[in-house]
Amino acid sequence: MSVELLNFIETVLNGLMSGIMYSLVALGFVLIFKASGVFNFAQGVFALFAALTLVGFQTGQVPFSHLINELFGTKFHHWYPEIHSFLAIFLTILTMIVLAWIIERLVLKHLVNQEPIILFMATIGLAFVLEGVGDLMWGSDVKVLDVGIPSGGSVWLENATIGLASEGSEYYGMYIDVLNVWATVIAVFLVTALAIFSQYTKTGRALRAVADDHQAALSVGISLRTIWVFVWAMSGFIAMVAGIMWGTESGVQFSLSLIALKALPVLILGGFTSIPGAIIGGLLIGVGEKLAEIYIGGLLDIGAIENWFAYFMALVFLLFRPQGLFGDKIIERV
Amino acid sequence: MIYKETGQYKSTYQSDHAIFPLMQDKVAFAILMIIAFFVVPFVVDSYWEKAILVPFLIYSMAAIGLNILTGYCGQVSLGTGGFMAVGAFSTYKLMTSFPDLNIMLIVIISGFLTALVGILFGLPSLRIKGFYLAVATLASQFFLVWLFNKVPWFYNYSDTGQITVSERTMFGIPVTGAEAPSYATYLFCLTLVVVFGFAAKNMIRSKIGRSWMAIRDMDIAAEIIGVPPLKTKLSAFAISSFYIGIAGSLYFAVYLGALEVTESFDIMAISFPVLFMIIIGGLGSMLGSFLGAAFIVLLPILLKNFMVDLVGLSAVTAKHFEITIWGLLMVIFLIVEPHGLARLWSIAKEKLRRWPFPY
Repeated sequence: MSVELLNFIETVLNGLMSGIMYSLVALGFVLIFKASGVFNFAQGVFALFAALTLVGFQTGQVPFSHLINELFGTKFHHWYPEIHSFLAIFLTILTMIVLAWIIERLVLKHLVNQEPIILFMATIGLAFVLEGVGDLMWGSDVKVLDVGIPSGGSVWLENATIGLASEGSEYYGMYIDVLNVWATVIAVFLVTALAIFSQYTKTGRALRAVADDHQAALSVGISLRTIWVFVWAMSGFIAMVAGIMWGTESGVQFSLSLIALKALPVLILGGFTSIPGAIIGGLLIGVGEKLAEIYIGGLLDIGAIENWFAYFMALVFLLFRPQGLFGDKIIERV
Repeated sequence: MIYKETGQYKSTYQSDHAIFPLMQDKVAFAILMIIAFFVVPFVVDSYWEKAILVPFLIYSMAAIGLNILTGYCGQVSLGTGGFMAVGAFSTYKLMTSFPDLNIMLIVIISGFLTALVGILFGLPSLRIKGFYLAVATLASQFFLVWLFNKVPWFYNYSDTGQITVSERTMFGIPVTGAEAPSYATYLFCLTLVVVFGFAAKNMIRSKIGRSWMAIRDMDIAAEIIGVPPLKTKLSAFAISSFYIGIAGSLYFAVYLGALEVTESFDIMAISFPVLFMIIIGGLGSMLGSFLGAAFIVLLPILLKNFMVDLVGLSAVTAKHFEITIWGLLMVIFLIVEPHGLARLWSIAKEKLRRWPFPY
């Protein structure tokens, strides 16, 4: 095989892997949008908040220690040296569930039947609150997150592919981050679990009923509010998974919340209401972005077109299919 | 009994259609204008100008622009930052290419250039609606910011990628650059805001504004009664971008003086705050644009003064608190009064009208 072809394959593979990361974030959006019709802009900050909390629990930081120290002149730091990652993850999940309950209680309950744009703005407000509270609780310094997922380039793949290039050419093998492979495995596992859950359990079926028709679901005795808490907790959980993945890769810091902006084109490409759409949209965007960066960006000799290329792709796509790839067909009646 | 319309008869169509039909409103507005034009310029100092008045006027301009598009025509846009960047960079290019051009003219031409870009990015709105459109407008935000960051022609190949304003005068007094006196920059912005504010108010009350609202309320029905969606939506995008472009131009030339595009026109720095302004102020309300801008300009200053100076928190912690309170206020506002400050004002007017009787 020629080096160009191998490079192309490597780019596509890397694109698919980073696409999975986008899908993880988009998945949380879709769940909430389906169940409560809320376009949850706070999903990215959810991931940041979950990652911060996870690191905080893991290292035994005292919440709000900065604030308390500043106000009362005390010197709190940590109350226990370190705990096992699984315990920390469990505690974080509990926190996300409590968070979902609080959000339903204090925000969603009061905004039922408002215009979608108002709900959207409320989630932007929520994003600000969570970002501020997260920083106040755990401090805003960049943190290292390590829950034991291996990362770094895969030596095995590099060695396996080095011989594929034709004789005499300079080729050093493919580079793929092991972390991304793990992310893929986890995402596949998550989506399968989600599919089984929504097909075969009572709560899952209630969830689908609510997604189909709020009023009909209410009339057969499904409690909307319980479902909402449930869905928000679930997307909090997905946000945590995304937060772990992105946090392991680039450290836990404010920029983590910006992955929400990365997930938006995935959403419009895949459709707001479709879980398979989120996955496939993510893969398409991931591959498209990486290819564009290397082939178009290299051609024009200006970098960083990744920032907008995904949006551009989604936009072009929308012109042909305004509801996204798998979105519900828009039917307009007068 | 304070705010009563009793005894004010309208005998002509003109008086019936006046912007301020009531005597009280007219008097109040006239007093406001007199204070703004003839009192404030003499007492304004650099702090008030830089921290409150000029940002307030510029954000009002941007808020009017976005309100035309989102509040009146119903097309949600998250690309305000990108369009403001177009205004700023066209001002810079015009300033450096035509050194003799009057600054007022430069600002207005920048507005027109932004309007053209707005039409271009408004094209998808013919096909895409709702949140899909909102996300699509993000494309313009990211693309434009990237363009001004990566194509050196726009910042005249300077090493830092910064653009810096040079001094321009109106009637012999500098209005841009470091030497410009406070009253001059203030009056320059105020004049533009008043003139274009009236223009917007009148557009909204005329045929074009009514067709925007028809599209907003129900686009198919509007089309059936003969409102052309293509023309209406694109005109909303064009005029909205014109206002936002002027705001961006002033933001660069008068307010900041020197800026770097990724920092100053970031989605978090411009697009969302301006959207908050029109939602907190009131969607589809001219008064709301001003109230919202005032709210968003004043709130951080008040919060900062309170927390850093009174409670004695460090600047970093205060910043985190500010973000939290900011978000909380937004959520509370949306829950308590989703129609914004403008609605509160009309409730207050109703109360004043009946006062001192309960009904």
